[in-house]
Amino acid sequence: MSSEHTPDGSPFAPHTPSETAAMLDVLGVDSEEDLFDIPEAVRFDGSFDIPARSERDTRRHLETVLSRNEDVVEFLGRGHYDHYVPSLVDAISHRSEFLTSYTQYQPEVAQGFLQALFEYQSMLVELTGLDVANCSMYDAATALGEAATLATRVRSVSGAVVLVPELLHEGRRGTLENYVDGSDLRVESYPMDDGNVDVDALRERMDEDVAMVYAENPTLAGTIEERLADLGDLTDDHDALFCLGTDIVALALLQEPASVGADVVVGEAASLGVGYADGMGMGLFACDESFLRQVPGRLVGASEDSAGMRAYTLTLQTREQHIRRERATSNICTNQAWVALRTAIHAASLGPEGLVDLADDCVTAAAALAERVDDISGMRAPVYDRHHFREFVAHTDQPAAAVASDLADEGFAVHVVGEHRIQLCTTERNDTQRDALVEALEDVA
Amino acid sequence: MKYEQARWTDDSEELYEPLLSEKHTREVEVDSDLPDHLTRDSVELPDLSEPELARHYTRLSQMNYGVETGPFPLGSCTMKYNPKFTDDVAGHPKAATHPDRPASTRQGTLELRYHLQDVLGRIGGMDAVTLQPPAGAAGEFTGILVAKAYHQSRGDERSEVVVPDSAHGTNFATAAMAGYDVVTLPGAEDGRVDVEALEAAVSEDTAALMLTNPNTLGLFERDIEAIADLVHDAGGLLYYDGANLNALLGRARPGDMGFDIMHYNVHKTFATPHGGGGPGAGPVGVTDELAAFLPDPHVRETNGGFEEYAPEHSIGKVHGYGGNWLVLVRAYAYIARLGDVGLSDASAKAVLNANYLASQIDYDIPFGPFHHEFVASADEDAADVAKRMLDYGVHPPTTKWPEAVSEALMTEPTEVENRRSLDQLATAFDAVANEDVDTIERAPENTAARRIDQVSAARSPRLSWQALDADEQ
Repeated sequence: MSSEHTPDGSPFAPHTPSETAAMLDVLGVDSEEDLFDIPEAVRFDGSFDIPARSERDTRRHLETVLSRNEDVVEFLGRGHYDHYVPSLVDAISHRSEFLTSYTQYQPEVAQGFLQALFEYQSMLVELTGLDVANCSMYDAATALGEAATLATRVRSVSGAVVLVPELLHEGRRGTLENYVDGSDLRVESYPMDDGNVDVDALRERMDEDVAMVYAENPTLAGTIEERLADLGDLTDDHDALFCLGTDIVALALLQEPASVGADVVVGEAASLGVGYADGMGMGLFACDESFLRQVPGRLVGASEDSAGMRAYTLTLQTREQHIRRERATSNICTNQAWVALRTAIHAASLGPEGLVDLADDCVTAAAALAERVDDISGMRAPVYDRHHFREFVAHTDQPAAAVASDLADEGFAVHVVGEHRIQLCTTERNDTQRDALVEALEDVA
Repeated sequence: MKYEQARWTDDSEELYEPLLSEKHTREVEVDSDLPDHLTRDSVELPDLSEPELARHYTRLSQMNYGVETGPFPLGSCTMKYNPKFTDDVAGHPKAATHPDRPASTRQGTLELRYHLQDVLGRIGGMDAVTLQPPAGAAGEFTGILVAKAYHQSRGDERSEVVVPDSAHGTNFATAAMAGYDVVTLPGAEDGRVDVEALEAAVSEDTAALMLTNPNTLGLFERDIEAIADLVHDAGGLLYYDGANLNALLGRARPGDMGFDIMHYNVHKTFATPHGGGGPGAGPVGVTDELAAFLPDPHVRETNGGFEEYAPEHSIGKVHGYGGNWLVLVRAYAYIARLGDVGLSDASAKAVLNANYLASQIDYDIPFGPFHHEFVASADEDAADVAKRMLDYGVHPPTTKWPEAVSEALMTEPTEVENRRSLDQLATAFDAVANEDVDTIERAPENTAARRIDQVSAARSPRLSWQALDADEQ
């Protein structure tokens, strides 16, 4: 059936009427309905009232709906970022051998994806300095949740409190709360000092009952942490896990997590490979080798095939739900493998120099924009006297909501993060609009 | 059907396509405006040109098998063809927005989400649907948290979730993650829920029963009404695992069977690509009584538009934002294309195909009548049989599960194969059944890699190129 026509059946079930009839004949039934063993009482004989459409009409319908998203220049971040994705990423990742495959239960026919995931894991090992990286979690928030439950399974750790920064994205905090809901853990926050971890306050809070300390670099406000090694020491002294949240671009520039004593690294990896996608992400998860058998999610390992050649396979599957059931390290099955493929292609496409340059631009561009915003009458930036990565918080003399609303009228979207605070995020995707944003701010602030 | 998968081999004859790191890497010193103590010293990563990368990944893709390569009857996974136009819709520039932009400027996104909530509700017979869970297992987790919040809101502390022995592993793991004790329910002789055993298992401690229908043997739980009554009478809730929904479209709805909560696997039923393991999406539908507990945010219609809000007793968040948006766009596109007639036909042909294929193979199939999938029993080790099937250019069924069938081959051809393709599949099944043990144990031979040693992979894990390098030194 052509894509021009409204289907009268599934356009993706290729049976001709005579073929269907012949198959029914083989089975000795008159119609497909005879194959359903559904008691009369629970049969559905109504309609969904969903019309069928041609491919062209379906596209038109969806594009009409999506076109109601207005053209807005977004200076938005707070955990969800937009970087330019090279065409190579789309072209390769859409090869159907990758896109239409599934979890590599038969590794002999899935060497390609397995190797790409192995390479992704390896890049994460390089960037984090930790020994083990899995091949994806759903997003940064669920990766954080998984890190907390890992803390309950690690023998060297006791305690029931997960300490998180006061300044933590509501989606991450909320997801974490739900992930620990079934354990004995509870989530408490520690204060910030000028945007960063208040290390002294945290030191006072530390006791036997702390199982894990979570910190982010960069923080939700875009500030770069300056005393991470102190956190590493502090958590070591109290037999707690140190979990560091970050993103894959920042990893190329900022302190290597292993060098500051991080035991687990979680965060967002879709900032390479995806860009803005209404919050769709990809969770990175790396940890120290000593937790290997407690890692959630899938791991690709190298082995040999019967010809003596190096080959790859999913490994240590006895951690996983399909084998260990209620004693599994996580319930995760379907993950974000294809996003990991895209992230890996994007990272490889940038190469070491490109990736470090991109990360460095995140620092210089944020600083330059903050300086310009600071010059605007009625504004002050950055609010936190720290180095920044991609984004920063700015003070507005006027109510922030009014400023943001006026900016929206001018076609710009920014975060409102306080009564007199907005947050601005900039990357190479909105660099040509920075002048216009500054002009608009001069008008409305 | 004959198959030779591409097999690129390095000059060393010790490895297939070399790793990126074995092609070329470079260590770059990190030099930045930041104070030195805030930065790392260097980064060493692959450093290759775009043509080299394009070739690298193209070769890898050639050493990978997908639905478009050949038949993929992997039971329980519903490996359908993924319509191409959904790639274009998901890639539409208007779909690429940040969730924190003002609602007035993202009405298209909200409207599409609203429509998808709505059509999924109609398909499942559910009153409200959240799109936030990013996969089926995340949907289960969301659903069980909703059940937990519901019981707690009534001051009713319950400690157990009942799961049939034949259920997906995720059900057990989910219940445990949510803090419940798992009560495993043995199956009846006919492969269905043993109603008497269920009666003995449910109590005032039962928070929920998690059930797949048709179950993992492809059988419809004929006693579903009695099962629902038993659970409800004990004050528990009935949870529907949507993994097998492709069997029922337009013929039965979980909501009508008495289920209170369900998840949809849109990467199964609604044909979004499996992507080598994900991303999927696992929307969760609930009855009116439970709608107030759904995750935050939920989308509703307002005067002339759409808005997000937090349901009154929301369980909060199960994802940092609103889940796997680009997957949801594809799912809606698929549903909007097929409509009632297409969805109903998809199930009809999925069930027809499973029954036809089963009739054409020379294997014992102990349980029936089955629907979209069947579980055949192999005479040899099912894992070996599967390896040999690879040589015939078909992806084998799910193996050695469910355990109710010895040497199980759980087979789900889906609606996208025609008779000729099913006949080829049947030929592969039967050819393997008639081969000698040596041939089967030697398989596969036509694939990129030969049989891979799983034991040593797990015994001495090497999970990165750094680990490989360390091993060599």
